[in-house]
Amino acid sequence: MIRSTAAVTKWEFILFLREPSAFFFTMVFPLLMMLLFSSMWGNEPFPGEAYGYVDFSVPAFMGMVMATGGIMSLTTSIAAYREKGILKRFRATPVSPAAILIGQFASVLAVTVAGVVLLLAVGFAFYSLHFMGNIFEFVLAFLLSACSISAMGFIPASLVSTARSGVVAANILYFPMLFLSGAALPWFMLPDFLKKVSLVFPLTHAIKLMQGVWLGGSLSDYPVQLAVLAGFVVIGLFVSIRHFRWV
Amino acid sequence: MKESVVTVKNLVKHYGKVKAVDGISFSVKQGEIFGIVGPNGAGKTTTIECIAAMQEYDSGIIDVLGLDPAAGSLSIKQRIGLQQQESEIPDRLRLREAMLLFSSLYSRVLDWRLLLKQLDLWDKKDTFYSALSGGQKKRFFVAMALIGDPEVVFLDELTSGLDPQARRSVWELVRYLRNQGRTVVLSTHYMDEAEKLCDRVAVIHNGKLAALDTPSSLISRYGGYTKVCFDFDDKFDQGVLSGVNGIESRVIENGLCTLEVSERHAIVEIVKSLDAADQGLVSFRIEAPTLEDVFLNITGREVRD
Repeated sequence: MIRSTAAVTKWEFILFLREPSAFFFTMVFPLLMMLLFSSMWGNEPFPGEAYGYVDFSVPAFMGMVMATGGIMSLTTSIAAYREKGILKRFRATPVSPAAILIGQFASVLAVTVAGVVLLLAVGFAFYSLHFMGNIFEFVLAFLLSACSISAMGFIPASLVSTARSGVVAANILYFPMLFLSGAALPWFMLPDFLKKVSLVFPLTHAIKLMQGVWLGGSLSDYPVQLAVLAGFVVIGLFVSIRHFRWV
Repeated sequence: MKESVVTVKNLVKHYGKVKAVDGISFSVKQGEIFGIVGPNGAGKTTTIECIAAMQEYDSGIIDVLGLDPAAGSLSIKQRIGLQQQESEIPDRLRLREAMLLFSSLYSRVLDWRLLLKQLDLWDKKDTFYSALSGGQKKRFFVAMALIGDPEVVFLDELTSGLDPQARRSVWELVRYLRNQGRTVVLSTHYMDEAEKLCDRVAVIHNGKLAALDTPSSLISRYGGYTKVCFDFDDKFDQGVLSGVNGIESRVIENGLCTLEVSERHAIVEIVKSLDAADQGLVSFRIEAPTLEDVFLNITGREVRD
């Protein structure tokens, strides 16, 4: 079980790197967004604060990496696997559904980590990022957020049966979430009504949590966000284990 | 008498209201090549998938190597190999990589390098799956079915769409698998394949087992009469054959005479009569019934979808 899960994880990660569009939108696109916005606003500290625009936005761009990997790539790739009969090929082997699911999940997590490391490397090298929080707490916030977004992605991934419907489902979730959660646009700019709507997305809570910890807050300051994110993990796992289909 | 490795009793499987498999029973002995033939939609694939723990079935009993595929499906899959009609692996996986991935799913494996060499795919080991030809993909699916060193190998319409050379090389491979002590269960559309390759053949029709025996027993039982065919010209007097016993039917069409004969001696008599009349011997031929005749006689001659 461990060996097969590790193998699925490894090869899914490598397959991801060979998929140009997935690679671009997870690894390169958030980086370009960061470059675009920071060239507009710079990272000079806000008046009376010790952090600037890029510091404020980096957790949002991390959220973008998570959503692209965990919603877009995961849903479309599992749906395509199902339609093409790739899952059916795995079903003929002694691999358990759990190993397939965990392997997919772990590879998305690895992709997200890779995308975020790239983002941070560029950020620290060129924009003199100011990290003001506790690194351990931030890693926890990041991991919980990434797991939560991918767990949400598993819900449509478990339910759709064709690649086309997978793309549709992924888009319906992805784009509103991207624009309303603060990943692509600063959340505080949204009108109140849309702010309320945005609370249904785990990404909104993930970004709020990561922003807070990045700028010096503590995990314990964000009980609502922690609870919502953990809730999505549980729901996502439940739906994907309960409703996983090979064909 | 060798022991059975697969036993199926009264297997029933519905898809919605359609009864795909309707009470099939048979058993497969250790080390034999067991063929399943039948028209499209007869229930061949469904039967194989139920045995190979790929599908739930509605009722009946299946025993594979002493295990129940409904309950212990993963432990059965450690010991069997399945080549499926409609399945794929990711396009951008190289063959070598796919072999490594699939090797890690089994507790006991064959050497993938040897497998690729035996299946004539070694030169393609660094090629993406998507770049393979149809025949190469088929062979690669055999490699994936064999990677777990299976005791029973299921090959579902393995040779469909292959050219004659590739089919013959697959036959060699199937015999080789049997000689290694493995049991092979295969479904096919090609009756010559079933006749040459299989020790026993099950004919499935409308979800039911219509006949099950060795190819030669099936032919002698269901194959019908031997046919004698020859061309003739306008001067031919059909009367020369009137003294021959054992001619069961006579069809004359476009200068070709086809006789069905029920006893061997009739053939000799026909030859003698034609020779005396100086007729038809250039094109004279005898057509013994084949498994194809068995198939058509059992499942009907009308065209289906």
